[in-house]
Amino acid sequence: METKYMNPYLAGFLLGLILLVAVFVTGRGLGASGVLRSVVVASVTAVAPEHAAEGEFYQRAAPKGTSPFKAWLVFEVLGVILGAFLSGVVANRLTLKTEHPPHVKSRLRLGMALLGGVLFGLGSQFARGCTSGAALSGMAVFSAGGFLTMLVIFGAAYASAYFFRKLWI
Amino acid sequence: MGPLVPDIITNELNLIVAFFIGIGFGYILEQAGFSSSRKLTGLFYGTDFTVLRVFFSAGVTAASGVLLLANFGMLDMNIIYVNPTYLYPALVGGTIMGVGFILGGYCPGTSFCAAAVGKIDAMVFVFGGLLGVLLFSEMFSLVENFYQSGFLGYLTVDSVLGISKGQSALLLIVIAVGAFIVTTKIEQKFNASSPTRNFPLHYHRFAALGVLLLGLVLAVLPDRETRLLANASDEIFQKENPVKLMTADELAFRILDRDPSLQIIDVRDAVEFSKMSLPGAVNISLQSMFGKEWRGLLAQPRKKKVFFANNEADAVRAATLAGVLGYKNVRVLQGGFEGFTQTILNAELPLRELTRGEADTYRFRLKASPQLATLIRERDQPKFVEVRAKKIQGGCAID
Repeated sequence: METKYMNPYLAGFLLGLILLVAVFVTGRGLGASGVLRSVVVASVTAVAPEHAAEGEFYQRAAPKGTSPFKAWLVFEVLGVILGAFLSGVVANRLTLKTEHPPHVKSRLRLGMALLGGVLFGLGSQFARGCTSGAALSGMAVFSAGGFLTMLVIFGAAYASAYFFRKLWI
Repeated sequence: MGPLVPDIITNELNLIVAFFIGIGFGYILEQAGFSSSRKLTGLFYGTDFTVLRVFFSAGVTAASGVLLLANFGMLDMNIIYVNPTYLYPALVGGTIMGVGFILGGYCPGTSFCAAAVGKIDAMVFVFGGLLGVLLFSEMFSLVENFYQSGFLGYLTVDSVLGISKGQSALLLIVIAVGAFIVTTKIEQKFNASSPTRNFPLHYHRFAALGVLLLGLVLAVLPDRETRLLANASDEIFQKENPVKLMTADELAFRILDRDPSLQIIDVRDAVEFSKMSLPGAVNISLQSMFGKEWRGLLAQPRKKKVFFANNEADAVRAATLAGVLGYKNVRVLQGGFEGFTQTILNAELPLRELTRGEADTYRFRLKASPQLATLIRERDQPKFVEVRAKKIQGGCAID
């Protein structure tokens, strides 16, 4: 039997405390999308080193002699994965499955997840962060860019929700 | 004190800290239900506002905490990472992400959590995210100009709205509590099985009242910098905490003597400083004295820190503030730079009979005047620039 979810306000308060500790100890907030870049840069460098050496983006993301994996966010996200896994164990929520409403086919859900992932990956690079790094962490340090990114993400999601309602309801 | 990196916690240890902070982050996200795409997207269809509750509660907690720590002088707001504002990339990137949220059902952080508990759609989402970043990397040369456009600096909401940080915290709290009330009503209407139907209303009202009160306190409390600056500018406070003066003659002598214990600090504005200043002077604004930026320089106990401005009063204010902040061995140039110009740089023999002591003084001034004028003209680059604390790098972007 799955355990109930935590009270959302309590979860938010605890999450806020973790974010506060991150800012107090390390001077920076939480993040997620930056790790996607670390993985991409490392993979491209491994598969096509010459191509990576030419591309300005790869060079700026990981200048020669630095490992894209020795980064704060990489260690943080490894922790996120372990933490979520532990929570899944505690709450008895570990199951290999694709989650979708009954009327949506599994294949459609996976295709949309892929497309959504591509868009989120792309958008996070333009906006210099995602819901974690730009919106949530930006909010904690009163960053105008962080608030703006948050409003635009949720605004665009609300604006497009109607057109894709069949995917979810 | 804070941030503890890099002075108290090394950059290597910081990576371990990152791991443990990540564990907490991931654990809470999963506990809150963020590993379920249907729960996440419920936000956009009025059936489940968990995301909004968690997100706003976290934002309010962290922002209030950051502000409280800063007000008590425990966190240096000047060097923590504040996400820069690039207007157009934020608008375009945010829009793309919003559509991606609806299609994919996750955001990057939540997709990691969901993948960790076995959601196959989340693993596919993460893979898609990698493809998206790859796409961006490959077209970077095409979009680079756009990527750098609309830069507005490390802008904060309080400066945009023209209010204090405390007032913006109150505003955030009011918006959050308002959103909690409205969305709970919506959810109760559209979702018959919503857990909000069984919310103990009493406790939630109590909590809302508490957090609104906290917001009021934050909005009313003058922040630490305003408070200390007001003290340093107050004449009564200055009388009770007098700073030592240094005469123009002594300063001139020490400069020419190349006194190694001398550190001249110019508190005039940066424009005046860049035009002309005393030899070896560094330019420190009142505002930047609060931060870690100049701590290395100001905290050297054996250095005589001589503050000067055009007039004596401005320098006394800065030196008093330095004293309040705990810096020792602080001096103020008597008569300000105006007085220094008059007595030393434009030194003239008075047309009257001088005592022997006076004659010595004037002989020194006449000799010092051209030497100092040369030194000022060929002013060395400010020294000790390397002890300035660097701003922390953070965020998810390359720049």
